[in-house]
Amino acid sequence: MSFFDYFRSKKQPTSASVAKERLQIIVAHERGKRAQPDYLPQMQQEIIEVIKKYVAIDQDQVNIQLDNNENCSVLELNVTLPD
Amino acid sequence: MAKIIVVTSGKGGVGKTTSSAAIATGLALSGFKTVVIDFDVGLRNLDLIMGCERRVVYDFVNVIKQEATLNQALIKDKRTSDLYILPASQTRDKDALTQEGVEAVLNELAETFDYIICDSPAGIEKGAQMALYFADAAIVVTNPEVSSVRDSDRILGILQSKSRRAERGEAPVEEHLLLTRYNPERVQAGEMLSVADVEEILAIPLLGVIPESEAVLKASNQGTPVILDQASEAGQAYQDAVQRLLGGQLEHRFLEVQKKGFFQRLLGAK
Repeated sequence: MSFFDYFRSKKQPTSASVAKERLQIIVAHERGKRAQPDYLPQMQQEIIEVIKKYVAIDQDQVNIQLDNNENCSVLELNVTLPD
Repeated sequence: MAKIIVVTSGKGGVGKTTSSAAIATGLALSGFKTVVIDFDVGLRNLDLIMGCERRVVYDFVNVIKQEATLNQALIKDKRTSDLYILPASQTRDKDALTQEGVEAVLNELAETFDYIICDSPAGIEKGAQMALYFADAAIVVTNPEVSSVRDSDRILGILQSKSRRAERGEAPVEEHLLLTRYNPERVQAGEMLSVADVEEILAIPLLGVIPESEAVLKASNQGTPVILDQASEAGQAYQDAVQRLLGGQLEHRFLEVQKKGFFQRLLGAK
């Protein structure tokens, strides 16, 4: 290892820390999906179809999320309407 | 009342069968009557790791189909007393294991055994789900590597939702992390996830860390569970893990890079 490499290697995160970060993100994402009931994707699709009848929107302008609190579940529907 | 422990991982090749053989042997050595069951129908390998492949006459599926009795199918280990092996079938019929059949066999075993170790197949299909369904505890075998950690998290999700305990709303399946093929040198060099990293991501209690060791291949070559190789680090780490499983409080070993002495360097010891 040359003298200059010594400084350069300090800036690069190690491959293990890259692995950890990637895992934390994907695992959190998959855990969130796991908590969802099976019918959610289809319900989302059908809600989009209904909105589409009235407003021209894309699939990715609708965000649907189910949050479970202690004794109630909140279904959150976010639709970005075009101008 | 027998305790049913599933050894599972999601991903293949991480050391489920090696760990099942080692832990079952360790429990039997501690004086508990133990049976280890191979759930990998079609890809039987526990018999090879346990060194009893030539003594298999009847298997798990024969017992389920009532073509043989449990006593005919159980293989008594030659080295360790109180240890029995129930081999998997080599049939290609994927539906050979039925839930009722597995339950009946487990119930019969539970009458006489203290521990029932279920060696799960890889994947999250029916075979793996059958292996974990009746479990009281799960040992999740994980390598410090991205795909293995992710698959372990998947299997934890299945344990928490698809096991009998989950379906009945009973106390959840006890979860234990067993980190295998650990290489402290590579962790120190920042090339491998550390124990703390994996613990933080999976968030389940750590049962043991098995260092990457030449002894594991040597043991499987010979058909001897690696826990019997008491001179090896892997063997000692499995012994520690078994004691923790039985409630012992032991400090984790082999996590740090071993400093080599002058003579060890000279002789190229590993």
